[in-house]
Amino acid sequence: MTENEINSKTPYQDLTIGGNIYKAGNAKEFKTGDWRSTTPCFIPEKCKQCGLCYPVCPEDSIPVKDGKRLDFDFDSCKGCGVCAKVCPFGAIEMK
Amino acid sequence: MSIRERLSGNEAAAIAMKQINPDVVAAFPITPSTEIPQYFSTFVSNGTVDTEFVAVESEHSAMSACIGAESAGGRAMTATSANGLSLMWEMIYIASSLRLPIVMSLVNRAVSGPLNIHCDHSDAMGVRDSGWIQLFSENNQEAYDNLIMAHQIAENKDVLLPLMVCQDGFITSHSIENIELIEDDKVKEFVGKYEPEHYLLNHEEPIAVGPLDLQAYLFEHKKQQADAMVAAKKVILEVSERFEKMTGRKYGFFEEYKLDDAEIAIVCMNSTAGTAKATCDKLREQGIKAGVLKVRVFRPFPAEEIAKALSKLKAVAVLDKADSLNAAGGALFEDVTSGMFVNNIHVPTVNYVYGIGGRDTTVTDIEKVYKDLEEIVKTGDIKNPYRYLGVRGDN
Repeated sequence: MTENEINSKTPYQDLTIGGNIYKAGNAKEFKTGDWRSTTPCFIPEKCKQCGLCYPVCPEDSIPVKDGKRLDFDFDSCKGCGVCAKVCPFGAIEMK
Repeated sequence: MSIRERLSGNEAAAIAMKQINPDVVAAFPITPSTEIPQYFSTFVSNGTVDTEFVAVESEHSAMSACIGAESAGGRAMTATSANGLSLMWEMIYIASSLRLPIVMSLVNRAVSGPLNIHCDHSDAMGVRDSGWIQLFSENNQEAYDNLIMAHQIAENKDVLLPLMVCQDGFITSHSIENIELIEDDKVKEFVGKYEPEHYLLNHEEPIAVGPLDLQAYLFEHKKQQADAMVAAKKVILEVSERFEKMTGRKYGFFEEYKLDDAEIAIVCMNSTAGTAKATCDKLREQGIKAGVLKVRVFRPFPAEEIAKALSKLKAVAVLDKADSLNAAGGALFEDVTSGMFVNNIHVPTVNYVYGIGGRDTTVTDIEKVYKDLEEIVKTGDIKNPYRYLGVRGDN
């Protein structure tokens, strides 16, 4: 039994004991973005793709493709605002 | 051939642990259980066991280390008493909810305060709802035997619950009595090898233990624990039967002493059962039909079985060596009486809180209980069902 087959409808007989998870690398399946109280907004027009924001994100919530950052991954962003603080161009606004 | 010895209860527990040879023992000294890890650490130093002995800085750490070791796939054991168990409290629940079959030797002592280091059952009663199996032992032999049986019960696939073996502090733990030890190789064979299905150190299967378990899951996991505790009843009897085949010593959920034709009986646990049996013998000589029911398995509680065993009696006294301070009666009394009620068995039953803080309970005290029961049978009047046995100032 893996956590993929377990959800909030699973009867108790089919749950693993103690809630054990018998599979590695599954933290990304837990959508911690639900906890967010403030939300970063990406303003692409102001962004110079300087690359300062994504290394400081504690949750790896700023996807990067071909050296360019994309919009936020809100499944895991907790809205800490570190990215908005380091952005020199005002391309990230906290709302 | 079994080995005849003379040992204290603590020595008996330490020798059982030596023969079990667990992977990890993590313990912190506390009176009256101190000698168990003390003797055991000698076995470690002498190379008699392969165990990793963790000399932790507190009981909270002792239980935490046992949890770590057991989740990693090892067999972990510990020993404690009273306030040591209180300090473990948080981790006691973690151990049972993570379904880790840790085995503890609990040497019963009053939980302070005011400060007291002597025997009562307030420590064990404090964790009676924590999901641990609790076995009680009348003497050093039973403390030893229960420990030898412990892993086979706790580690059973249908159970997977931690287990504590209780014995009375000082009264049993420090009294030297005759004992019959089982040969090392027989114990080794009986206890077997611990082979958990899932464990943290299995590099073939990386797992997570104790994850976040919110509204959608904890309820179901609690139901699993409840089912495991029910399943433990069958497993305890099976293991006890196998033990009897090896040693000839018979164990069930409880011992019925002269209960067959008894009219009045006492229900109690641990060493007081010995005093109660001696009193019972004395009264039998006078033609009084007295009996004793000694509870061995307190968790899971054999409610139906106890109720049935008491059903033919005319009056019952339940002796609690700890008070629940609930203005109604001790824990054993409440469990026994609710078991009787649910099974539609109605025998006049009275509770005696006794022996708190190591107060001696003598044959004379127990005799008074039987006399009170005779009076209840005669008059049909219980008056006060919640009594203190032999407390000063009580009439």
